Amino acid sequence: MVSVPVSTTINSDEVEFLCRADESLLDVLRNRLGLMGAKEGCGTGDCGACSVIMDGRIVCSCLVLGAEAEGRTIETIEGMADGNELHPLQKKFIEHAALQCGICTPGFLMAAKALLDANPDPTEEEIRFWLAGNLCRCTGYDKIVRAVADAAQEMRGKRA
Amino acid sequence: MNFDPTYRSQKFRSVGTRPRRPDGIDKVTGRARYGADFNMPGQLVGRILRSPHAHARIVRIDTARAEAVKGVKAIVTASDLPDLTNGNQSLFNILDNCMARSKVLYDGHAVAAVAAIDANAAKQALKLIEVEYEVLPHVVDVDAAMLPDAPLIDKTLFTGGVEPTPETPSNVALRSEFGHGDIESGFAQADIVVERSYRTEQTHQGYIEPHACVASCNSDGTAELWVCTQGHFVFRQTCADLLGLDVSKLRVTSSEIGGGFGGKTHVWVEPVALALSRKAGRPVKLVMSREEVFRASGPTSATSIDVKIGARKDGTITAAAANLRYTNGPYADIWAELGAMTSFACYDLENVKTVGFEVLVNRPKVAAYRAPSAPMAAFAVESTIDELAQELGMDPVEFRIQNAASEGTKSSYGPVYGPIGIGPTLEAAQSHPHVKAPLGPNQGRGMACGFWFNFGGQTCTDLNVNVDGTVTLAVGTVDVGGSRASLSLIAAEELGIAYEDVKAVVADTATLGYNDMTDGSRGTFSSSMATISAARNAIGVMRHRAALQWDIPVEDVTWEDGNAKASGEKYGNLSPLSIKEIAAASGNTGGPIAGHSEMVADGAGVSFATHICDVEVDPETGSTRIVRYTVIQDAGKAVHPAYVEGQYQGGAAQGIGWALNEEYIYGEDGRLQNPGFLDYRIPVCSDLPMIDTQILEIPNPNHPYGVRGVGETSIVPPLAAIANAISNAVGIRMTHIPMSPPRILAALNRERNQ
Amino acid sequence: MRYERPKTTAEVTNLLAGAVGRAFVLAGGTDLLVRMKSDDFEVDLVVDIKAIPSMSEISETADGFEIGAAVPCAVLGENKALVAAWPGVVEAANLIGSTQIQGRCTIAGNLCNASPAADSVPAMVAAGAHARIASPDGAKIVAVEEIPVGPGETSLKKGEFIEAILIPKRSPRSGDAYLRFIPRTEMDIAVVGAGVRLTLDEQGGIESARVALGAVGPKVVLSEEAARAIVGSKLEEAALDALAEACSAASTPIDDKRGTVEFRKHVVGVLARRAAKLAYKRAGEN
Repeated sequence: MVSVPVSTTINSDEVEFLCRADESLLDVLRNRLGLMGAKEGCGTGDCGACSVIMDGRIVCSCLVLGAEAEGRTIETIEGMADGNELHPLQKKFIEHAALQCGICTPGFLMAAKALLDANPDPTEEEIRFWLAGNLCRCTGYDKIVRAVADAAQEMRGKRA
Repeated sequence: MNFDPTYRSQKFRSVGTRPRRPDGIDKVTGRARYGADFNMPGQLVGRILRSPHAHARIVRIDTARAEAVKGVKAIVTASDLPDLTNGNQSLFNILDNCMARSKVLYDGHAVAAVAAIDANAAKQALKLIEVEYEVLPHVVDVDAAMLPDAPLIDKTLFTGGVEPTPETPSNVALRSEFGHGDIESGFAQADIVVERSYRTEQTHQGYIEPHACVASCNSDGTAELWVCTQGHFVFRQTCADLLGLDVSKLRVTSSEIGGGFGGKTHVWVEPVALALSRKAGRPVKLVMSREEVFRASGPTSATSIDVKIGARKDGTITAAAANLRYTNGPYADIWAELGAMTSFACYDLENVKTVGFEVLVNRPKVAAYRAPSAPMAAFAVESTIDELAQELGMDPVEFRIQNAASEGTKSSYGPVYGPIGIGPTLEAAQSHPHVKAPLGPNQGRGMACGFWFNFGGQTCTDLNVNVDGTVTLAVGTVDVGGSRASLSLIAAEELGIAYEDVKAVVADTATLGYNDMTDGSRGTFSSSMATISAARNAIGVMRHRAALQWDIPVEDVTWEDGNAKASGEKYGNLSPLSIKEIAAASGNTGGPIAGHSEMVADGAGVSFATHICDVEVDPETGSTRIVRYTVIQDAGKAVHPAYVEGQYQGGAAQGIGWALNEEYIYGEDGRLQNPGFLDYRIPVCSDLPMIDTQILEIPNPNHPYGVRGVGETSIVPPLAAIANAISNAVGIRMTHIPMSPPRILAALNRERNQ
Repeated sequence: MRYERPKTTAEVTNLLAGAVGRAFVLAGGTDLLVRMKSDDFEVDLVVDIKAIPSMSEISETADGFEIGAAVPCAVLGENKALVAAWPGVVEAANLIGSTQIQGRCTIAGNLCNASPAADSVPAMVAAGAHARIASPDGAKIVAVEEIPVGPGETSLKKGEFIEAILIPKRSPRSGDAYLRFIPRTEMDIAVVGAGVRLTLDEQGGIESARVALGAVGPKVVLSEEAARAIVGSKLEEAALDALAEACSAASTPIDDKRGTVEFRKHVVGVLARRAAKLAYKRAGEN
C-alpha cells in the first residue's frame, strides 16, 4: 500500500498530509488531522454526522477519499465559528435547545450552513428536505428546523 | 443529613426558565468528546469477529494465521474471558453475550476479537481467524419459538413462574401475571367485548453514535475505561466482575454520549476491549460499526399480544385481559413482565388480568428502549380501546376519561396511585384546538394514552462552593439530553444564586460514590433530589460559617436568596453575608465548603401522556404521512421546559418511526437483512411535522420541587395513536406494527375485495 | 489498493485495461465507497476521473445534451436548459440520496452500479438516452438500457468506461416524468420507479411513448406494451387503466426487505399512471 501525498485547504489553512489510498476523508480528518468534530454515525452516507463542505458543496466525508481532497477547499465544524464569535447557526442551536445528545449537531450545522449559503430564505419544507440526509434521533427535528429558520432570519437582517 | 423530600409549593426563580446549556458551545463547535473522540498513547485498534449464523455450535476456533499478521498484538476468544460469574446467571448471560462460549446464539454474536496497530491489520486478521461451526436449527419468530417442536435455544431452560415447573424444556423462560378482581365475571357483565391479536416487530434505539470505548489495563491490576455509556458506575461493576478486577482499581469515565435511549445501559464490547488491552499490554480503542450496532447491540422485543376488553353500554369497562409474548433474544429477562405491568396502567379497572411470557429466540439480546416494553402493550390496548369506543358509539377521549385511573385507584400492576396525570392529560386533549381542526381528504385523527413508571434509585452528588462563591456540582448520572442544565438550575434555585454561577459536571467513577445509571427517566429526578440535599447540606455549612463570622449561635442564622441572615431583632445591625463573602472567608472559618449527599431516591412519580395525531393515507400506495402531532404529558415540574419539550418531541418521533417503518427484517437463514440506516428506516427531517407539546405540571408529592421523570412516556402512545388515526382515515384496523405501505396497501386491498 | 488520477481518457482506459485484480472508476464514489466499507469487498485500483475536465462538464450540442460522467446530480438540477428540456430525467437524478449525496453522485455511476432500483435509469431509458463508452480501442455509443444486464452486472468490458451520458434533443410537444415510491420521504432506495416520455401529435393525442420501470425486475424494464397502451390516446381513464395493467404485467419483482411482489406489481401501475399524466401535461406545455 503506497501512501498518497495530499495538499489541500481546510478551514482556510493550507494542510498537507499523507494517507492510505483507501482511507476516507473522514478518517483523515479524525485520525490524522485531529479534527474530530465530524462524527462517524454509519460510514455509508446515510446519517450525515460526518458532513463537511467541499468546494462549496455539502458532502459526507465518509464517502470521499482522503486522496480526493487534493487541491480542494474543505470546511469543517472546527472552522465555523470566527474565533470565539459563534456563527449565528451555532448560537441559534444553543438558544433553541436544538441539540440533546449533540452527536449529530456538527453535521447539521454544516448542512444548514450550506443551505443558507445557497438559499438565505428557505421555507420550512426546503429546510426539512435539505436536512433529510442528517439523522437526529433525539429531537424529532422540531427545534432544529426552528433554529435554522431563526438563524436564516437573523442573517438576512444582517445582510440587509 | 435528615433529608425531607416532601413537595412544598414555592415560587421558583431559576427552575422553569430556559437558560443555555453548559455543554452547548462544546457541542456546536465540535469540541465535545464522545466515545470515539478519545485516544491514548500507544493505543491499538480493536475489532470483533461475529457469527454469520443465527444458531450454531462452535466446534473449533483457530487464530494462528491471524496472529501471524504483521501488526497484530492480541487476539482473544472466550478462553481469555474465563467464567468468574460464580453461578450468577444474569452475569453469565452478559459474559456469554460479550463473547460466545460454546454456541453462537444470533447473527452477529461475537466469537473472537483482535487488537492491532491499525484498522487494516485488524481487518486482515479478522479474515484469517478460522471458526468451524456446526449450524443448528434456529428460530427468530416469537410465536414460532413457543411451539412445542421449536428449536431450543437453551436445553436446560424450564419455564419459571408456573406450578408445577414443566418437565420439558422450552423457549419460554418465565410466565408472569398481574391483576385483580375476577375477569370472567367482569366479561359476563359486559354488553360489548372486543378481542384482538396484535404483532409488533423488533426495533432498535437507533442512537447516532455507535458504541465506542478506549480500554487500558495495567500490569498492576489497575485499569481505565473511557466509554459512551448511560451508567459508568454500572459498567465499572460489570467489567470488574467479568475481568476479576477490584472495583476501586477500574476507573471508568463516561464520555459525552451520542444517544442511548436504553441501549447504552448494557456492556456489549467493553469487557472485550479490556481483555484485549490486558492481553496486548497496550490501550485498545474499540468502536462498533453501524452494522455491528444493529446486529449485536440490544434492540427491543418483537411481540405478539392478545387483548380482550369488555364494557357496558354506559361506557364502563367491566373487565380487561391481555396475554403478552415478548422476544428476549437468547437470554431470559423481564420484558414481557414490564409489558404486562404497563398494559392497563391508565385505567381504573375492577377486573383485570395480564400474563406475560418471556420468549427466547435467535436474535440479539434485548435491551431497554425508552419505556421498555410499554409501547407494544399500549399499541394493543389502546387500539382495542379505540375500537370499543367506536362500537359503543362514544368519543374515544370521553370513553377514556370515564375509565381513567385517578388518585386512590388500585393500579392493574398493584400499587395504589397518588396524584396522577392521566385524567388531566385527557381533559387537556379534549379542550385542545387540535381535536377541533378540520381534516382533509384521506386524513384521519387518532389519539392514545401512555404510561411509564419512572425510576429513582441510588444517587450520590457533590456540591462544592468555590472560594469566589461559584458552585461546582459533580453528579454521577450521565447527561443524555441536557440534565447538566437542569441540575444547575436546581442547585441555583436551592442556594439562591444565579444559574451562571453553577457549573455541573459528570464525575468519573473514581471521584464520586456509586450512582445507578441514567435510565427509567431517573437522571434529573434522582440527581435533582440529591442536588437539593447536597445544597441543603452546603447551606448548613455556610450558616455555621456565618455564625462563626458573626459570633452568634447557628440557630439564629437563616438562609435566604443566597445570603446568610441573622434572624430576629437582636442582630439588627448585621447586614446579610452573601455566599461570595462566606466563601471568600472560608479559609479562615474552617476550610472548604461543600455539601454532599448520598441516597436512594424513592418516590419517582408515575407518568402519563395523551397524544393526538392526524395522518393522511394514500389509498393507492398505502403510504402514510403524519400531518399534525400533539403531545400532552405531565412533567410534575418542568425544570428546563425546553429540554422537557425536547424529550416529548423526541419520544414521539421515535414512536412515529416505530409505528410506520422501523423493523428488524430477518431472512430465512436467520440473518438480519437490514443492519444499516438505509433500510432500517428511522424518521428523517422531511418525514415529520412540527411536534406540538403541552406540559402539564401535577406535582410529584415525593420530590421537593414536584419533579417527575419525563424522558420515556412520550414513546408509549404513538403506535396506537397512529393506528387509530389510520383507522379513522381509511377504515382499516391495522394490527401489525410497523404499518408500512405494503401492509396498509394489502389491508386496503383486502377490504376492497370483501 | 492503488489510487490514480489521470488527466486524459486514454490514460483511464489504459489503466483499466492493464489493471491486475479489481479496478473501479471513481466519479462521485457514493456507491463505491460504501462497498469499500465492507470487509468482504476488495479493490486493487481506483481510477479517479475528475481530473479530466470534460468529465465534469454539461454541454448542449446539436443532438442534445452531453453530460460528463463525473457531473454531480446537484449540478444537473442547476442547469436551466437541461431542466427545461428533460425535467423527468433531472428530477430522477435529484431523487438519489441526500443533499450530501447529490453533491457527489452521478447518473453515469447510477447506471454503472446496475441496481434495478436506480432512480435515474428508468428516466434516462424513457428519454432515449445513450452512453458514450471509451475503451482502448476508441469510443462507442450504446443505449442506456443495454448497460445493466442484471443486479450489479453491466455489459462493460475490461478497459471500458462510460465517459458521458447523451440525452437527445427533446422533440416538440414532448414531455417526460419520473416518479418513485419510497417508504419515507427521502433517503430510501426506490421500491418501485416509473419513467414516462411521450410526444403528442398536433391534436393532443399521444403519438409516441416510452415507459421504463425500475425495481420490478433484475434490470430496468422498457415496456413496449405499456407504451402501446397509451399511444393514440389522450390519457383517458381506459388508457390509463391499460397502462397500469401493462406495467403490472411487465413487472417480475421479488419479495425483499424493501417491498413485496404484490405491492410492487400494484404500485408500478399507480406510479406509471401518475407519471404519464405529468409527462402529458408537460408535453402539452411544450
